[in-house]
Amino acid sequence: MSADIKWTKKDLLCLYDLSKEEIIHILDTAQEFKKVSERKVKKVPALRGKTVVNFFVEPSTRTRVSFELAEQRLSADIINMVADSSSLKKGESLLDTVKNIEALQADIIVMRHSCTGAQDFIAKHSKCGIVNAGDGAHSHPTQALLDMFTIREKFGRIEGLNVAIVGDILHSRVARSNMWGLTKLGAKVTLVGPATLVPEEFNELENVRVCHTLEEGLRDADVVNMLRIQHERQNASYFPSTGEYSKYYGLNEGNLKYLKKGAMVMHPGPINRDVEISSAIADGENSVILEQVTNGLAVRMAVLFLIAGAL
Amino acid sequence: MSEVNYILKNGHVVDVNRNIDEVMDLGISNGKMADSAKVKNPTVIDCSNKVVAPGFIDLHVHLRQPGNTAAETVKTGTMAAAAGGFTAIVPMPNTNPAADNAGAIEFLRQLAAKDSVVKIYPCGCMTKGYKGEEMAPIGGLKSAGVYALSDDGKCVQDTELMRNIVKYAKSFNLPILDHCEEEKLFAGGVMNEGKWSVLLGMNGVPGLAEELIVARDIMFARECDWKIHLQHISTAESVELIRSARRKNIPITGEATPHHISLTDEWIKKYDTNYKMNPPLRTEEDRLALIAGLADDSITVIATDHAPHTATAKMVEFNNAPFGIVGLETAIPICLQELYHTKVLSLSQFVSKFTVGPAEVLGFKNYDLRNGNAADITILDLNDKFTIKANEFKSLSRNTPFDGMSVKGRAVATIVDGKFVYNIMK
Repeated sequence: MSADIKWTKKDLLCLYDLSKEEIIHILDTAQEFKKVSERKVKKVPALRGKTVVNFFVEPSTRTRVSFELAEQRLSADIINMVADSSSLKKGESLLDTVKNIEALQADIIVMRHSCTGAQDFIAKHSKCGIVNAGDGAHSHPTQALLDMFTIREKFGRIEGLNVAIVGDILHSRVARSNMWGLTKLGAKVTLVGPATLVPEEFNELENVRVCHTLEEGLRDADVVNMLRIQHERQNASYFPSTGEYSKYYGLNEGNLKYLKKGAMVMHPGPINRDVEISSAIADGENSVILEQVTNGLAVRMAVLFLIAGAL
Repeated sequence: MSEVNYILKNGHVVDVNRNIDEVMDLGISNGKMADSAKVKNPTVIDCSNKVVAPGFIDLHVHLRQPGNTAAETVKTGTMAAAAGGFTAIVPMPNTNPAADNAGAIEFLRQLAAKDSVVKIYPCGCMTKGYKGEEMAPIGGLKSAGVYALSDDGKCVQDTELMRNIVKYAKSFNLPILDHCEEEKLFAGGVMNEGKWSVLLGMNGVPGLAEELIVARDIMFARECDWKIHLQHISTAESVELIRSARRKNIPITGEATPHHISLTDEWIKKYDTNYKMNPPLRTEEDRLALIAGLADDSITVIATDHAPHTATAKMVEFNNAPFGIVGLETAIPICLQELYHTKVLSLSQFVSKFTVGPAEVLGFKNYDLRNGNAADITILDLNDKFTIKANEFKSLSRNTPFDGMSVKGRAVATIVDGKFVYNIMK
């Protein structure tokens, strides 16, 4: 039941820029592509003759591998570039590097960068389609799309659901992207964590609320998305220790009682077992962590397919 | 070369220090103000429908020479100043190498003598290399001709050192121009900390990083009874701290920039690096508080923080771009738009922010157009409508968020020591 729209965007930068219909269109397209990976021959010729460059200025393994496999299953030609081996190390500007990629007649650049807006900046100055694979703490649209895909697959809808996102919201592009996407599709989002990691400013957004205890945050949640936690960031301490964090904000046997029965437990990975989530829960019946990984492939195939069609 | 004498006829003279706000003639003879009836062989300039004011002073300019002459030089920076209506500027000492010793000031004075088209009042560092560690040779800087001290770009964090600098500067009658920034709280920030930094996931600079130092400096000014001028004030709370300090007659002054009174952090969502400055653009509430502070004279100075950067330097990811924008050639039109055409400031209040305000900081007495004073004059046309075109700037750099903007009013002539250094009067 695809929304009746034609995809026209050459870039996927941030879910904030997309309409509800466009998001649904990506999810519907992903549903079709999920079937490809379930076949004996897991490949379609949709991107044959197209060149996709995976340009990871910030290192990544799982997102890059997921994109790479999605590209292979679409029959694209692929080049992988990482910051260490690129000319950025030699002092070339980001824009010049991208112009060089463009001169090789690349069609799509999948890019990750540690700076917010780096992909927007490049998209303005490049003819290539730009797929944002994560920019700073700002946006990670394909992660949010795969999360939404997974939620929709289980509940059959997104509208009306309560989704709690727990952890370091301040530094999380996953949280921000989920927030934009989920609220556009009619879900309510609760951001949970200590005030040092969950800025009150999020309360200003419609259908988003901030709370600082797990008990309150999990009470009505249909879905709980646990974020990876890092104790120290840029030498600033946001909480006393991972032990204390785990006790008050980790999903473990002690805190499990706050969770609604049948609630879905998600994590974008890589997980810190027994820090933000206990092993028993990560591996338990409520967890969809590995399904998220599988769905990521389908969502990325859909995004690349739609963007290639708009170029 | 003989001097040309002038009569500026029928101009609306706004000479704040002498309480003059009326249409009258002014005479210029041998580079100095003179009785218009007694000027010999004058060239008469029709100034009807123009505002004639004492020369505008910009307390906060980066000339980039030595160190980054691809971005600006003494020559181009002072040409930009003249084109923007400024007859005098105070260049910040954070050049490369820094102006933290008498030799560097002497070098600047030689450059100025050769290349500058406006007056330059040199400023020296408070600490060696503006590193905030050791006091610069403040006596030597004074002897070399500095008018003020500043570690602009950085802020001395060591409170004991800062206290001693304030006391020592007082002994040499040098005002301090302080860039207020608590470094730990600043910590890698690229924009204002608030709703927009939270939504964009960018590192924010809290207002508190400025306000803590504003409060500290007010304490030092009171304790040492010495003049501290707070540069580029950006938050509502800073304005309130300054307002209350001035009520207690503490020798504190503050400056606002044209960009902080006209733009807010919401603009950052475009990731245009021409909106990246330090202190960062703040909220609408802060912007309005700065304007209110100018209106009630809590803030007595408008300065540009003219910060040229090459297109190459700014054509990068937002995080990686340097802070700052050029301001000399847009300050008057932007400020007229936000302050005068909106009727927030009277004309004489507007003029004061560029004349007696900065002159008071530098300790100039009688900064006005009385006979015998240097003929440093700014002539404005308040109603001249035009479009800001960055590619026509005299400045070497084009990093401005105001390019393409339609504005009303600008400087049409700039006179330094009786000579027209800029003139587009019809």
